[in-house]
Amino acid sequence: MLHRFRKQKAMPVQECPSCAHTTQGGNGEDQTLTNVANGCRCRIRRHRAHGAIRQRLLDLGFVPNAEIEMVRCATLGDPLELRVGDYYVTLRKREADLIDVRAA
Amino acid sequence: MSPAKKNIMIGLAGQQNAGKSTIFNMLTGANQHIANYPGVTVDKKTGNYRDELGRVEVVDLPGTYSLTSFSLEERVARDFLLRERPDAILNVIDASSLRRGLYFTFQILEMSFPVVMALNMVDVATAQGRKIDHEKLGRLLGIEVVPTVGRKGRGKLELRQALRRAAREERGEDEGFQDQHGLRIIYEELEEHIASVHEQLLESENLVKAVPLRWMAVKLLEGDSEALKLLRRHHARADAVMDAVSAATAVFQGKMDITPADYIVTCRDRLAASLVEQCVEVTRADTVRFSEKIDRVLLHRAFAPIFLVLTVYMIYELSIVQGYKLTFLTWPALAWVRTVVAGLLPDPGLLHDTILRSMSLWMVDSVNTLLNYVPIFLILFALIAILEDSGYMARIAFILDRVFQSFGLHGQSTLPFILGGVFTGGCAVPGIMATKGIPDERSRLATILTVPYMNCLAKIPLYTLLVSIYFAAYKSYLMLFISTITIIMAMIIAKLLTSTILRGRETAPFVMEMPNYHMPTLMGVLRRAVDRTWVYIKKVGTIVVAVAVVVYVLLQFPGLPEERMSYFDARMDEAIATFRGNIQETPYAEILADDQAVLNLLNIANTYREAKLAASTQEASSAVDDRYEALHPEIFPLLRPRDADARTISRHLRGLSSERSNLRTAIREETIVYSYFGTVGRALEPVTQYAGFDWKINVALISSFAARESSVATLGVLFQEGADESLSLEERMERSGEATGFTPLHAFALILFFALYPPCLATTIMVKVQTGSYKWMFFSIIFPTVFGLAVASGVFTISTWLGLSGIQAMVGFYFLALGTAIGLSFLPDPAWKEPKAALTRAKEV
Repeated sequence: MLHRFRKQKAMPVQECPSCAHTTQGGNGEDQTLTNVANGCRCRIRRHRAHGAIRQRLLDLGFVPNAEIEMVRCATLGDPLELRVGDYYVTLRKREADLIDVRAA
Repeated sequence: MSPAKKNIMIGLAGQQNAGKSTIFNMLTGANQHIANYPGVTVDKKTGNYRDELGRVEVVDLPGTYSLTSFSLEERVARDFLLRERPDAILNVIDASSLRRGLYFTFQILEMSFPVVMALNMVDVATAQGRKIDHEKLGRLLGIEVVPTVGRKGRGKLELRQALRRAAREERGEDEGFQDQHGLRIIYEELEEHIASVHEQLLESENLVKAVPLRWMAVKLLEGDSEALKLLRRHHARADAVMDAVSAATAVFQGKMDITPADYIVTCRDRLAASLVEQCVEVTRADTVRFSEKIDRVLLHRAFAPIFLVLTVYMIYELSIVQGYKLTFLTWPALAWVRTVVAGLLPDPGLLHDTILRSMSLWMVDSVNTLLNYVPIFLILFALIAILEDSGYMARIAFILDRVFQSFGLHGQSTLPFILGGVFTGGCAVPGIMATKGIPDERSRLATILTVPYMNCLAKIPLYTLLVSIYFAAYKSYLMLFISTITIIMAMIIAKLLTSTILRGRETAPFVMEMPNYHMPTLMGVLRRAVDRTWVYIKKVGTIVVAVAVVVYVLLQFPGLPEERMSYFDARMDEAIATFRGNIQETPYAEILADDQAVLNLLNIANTYREAKLAASTQEASSAVDDRYEALHPEIFPLLRPRDADARTISRHLRGLSSERSNLRTAIREETIVYSYFGTVGRALEPVTQYAGFDWKINVALISSFAARESSVATLGVLFQEGADESLSLEERMERSGEATGFTPLHAFALILFFALYPPCLATTIMVKVQTGSYKWMFFSIIFPTVFGLAVASGVFTISTWLGLSGIQAMVGFYFLALGTAIGLSFLPDPAWKEPKAALTRAKEV
């Protein structure tokens, strides 16, 4: 959790274009899925995951160009719940950090 | 072979939560059989039904998201398809997430299997405002698509007919895979590379027979490790093919700036999207899903833990508390079985039974102890099935994953720990059984090995005994200590295991679909509960008999020394002489003149009493009377005394009988002291003295391995010598403690060791069942013994050295353990540090 805290401080804070929440990363710039605020949508640019994790993510619809919505995070801040198309998937931040996205 | 009579085999494939099990149950009804796939612990469920053409065998493949080779389930499913080559595949798809389900369909189509699609839960999709044109979908895919509602049994007949049509084509035994059925996925830019690899694969005749070639070509370009293995096995020029694949990959990547693997996925996704677009009509757009509405409450960041605690409490209350009440009903039935078996065996002697009798009864008792859990299990498994089917289980994992993650465990480790007795008073056996659902191999093993540290119900008597003697003033602190230290220690041990010996085990990322909430069906829940309980009965039933014999021998042999034996015999003779003296005046004295007659009377009186107790109604009770009167006419008046003389005898007979049973208990317990286990207890004294245990404690601890409850019973025997019989065990231990210097610190070391003590016999058997390996079973016995002894010795020796009292040692140890646990939680997981290495390892398994 300490780790997350540091990371947030280091990134510039910006308004999410589709809602009132704040999100990190510049406009059009890539950011990781971890940094998307609750209720915001984004599109997948690419994966930096390999092997089993990559396959699992692809199986669950985290394919390039898919639209993802951040639904909520668990009580202790991890894992995350995301909407992919018409179903919901949970990911740990560790895995979400391997996905580069761009604001939708 | 004429189509008039043909038995076929169907593979049932699909993703998790698509309703595969309900479709399986719908098709096969009650004709099901669960086993394991050869060599792995993955469940293999098969079932069959008959139609007009013959028998149809349905094999339920492990639920997977795709058919790659990354997880054990996927490999099992794929190997099964390639080796057994089912005549057709029934692909179950959740109609409400069609797009993702189609990935799976594409993969089986690519493997050249005839496919029938069961478009399941169409009602849910409709309710969500989506109408699927299944006929059009079928046309586009080139397969039959049957809409079903598994929970309501809709679509059963249509499915059966479609399966027959799909499987009707003839297939030779060793012909290899036929051309692809149905839709062929076009990989556009990659096609030329696929074609060239395909051509090279054609060279190998073996390969042509073993696998579908286009599938193989695609898999090789995808970089699938199992496909590579297959290639090496079957193709003479495997390396040349691999070079070509690498070259093609490099060329493609250079041109397209995307790996072939990613490109393949993108093509499939685009195709799935276009199919969905063509066949699905959205009748109501952008409505918030019903499940999401529930989750806004149940998964609310602040309220989620509250709902979770309530749920856990309900499970605990219903299964453990209420379930134990049910055992009051089942226990008499089991006791009845024991009586019947006892009746079939040779009659008991006065004090000593034949080995045949004592060993058989020992085994019946062992089996009975385990069967006594059955009502608890039925309730428990039904509740677990409800949690799983409803979709809440996935949410429990979601809420708690963060906590467990720090210790190398998984969100789904929650339930096993709860059942094991977080609230003091669970049982590790169902706890270990509940680990089955954990997808991550490393966490699953770590959970199995740490569940026994929880407070099982049978540990409580010893805790209560020691706390009330030595810590009367600090009772509540001690109880808090006991119930939380176990969780703390379990977390520490889990972290130790996952970062050392379990380090190289396959771990799965916590990527999990949050399923829609469903109403569980009564049949589905019942069937699962019965299935799982039955597996328990069968497996434990076979292994326990073998282990029980070994433990029997170690606890009963070499037996009492001659002098103790004659001491007990003398006491019995004395009791019989007193009895004779007391009844001399009665007319029955004559028929009880010889010892055999007295023994007979004692035995008959015992069985009569048991039979009377078992008789629940007035009629049954008088039937027992009639039976005994007919069988033993001359003795019956003594069993049911009507005159004064008979009453005198009956009274003295009860005295004699209770003296006999006291002596028998004393012999049984003293036998333990002299047994091999007892000898070991003495031999261990030099080691265990550092923890403050003398040989008596050692014997009690060793004998409690068979069943926890016996620790207190054994201590009772061991502290009996020379003590006044009228004192309670507490007082006796206290008095003996004053003489031998047993202090609260000793008691604390004992409590600590008992908390970390190896699981009981039944639990170790479950470890064997769930891990499928004797290696882990022995590990689960040896590691806690060594670890527990080391901790207890360390605490005892250091505290003695520092001159700490028992309660001071407790406080000190508690904060030390808590600090260690918190410290360890910040230690990075080895699998995170080198994610790539861990994953490649997983891939190569």
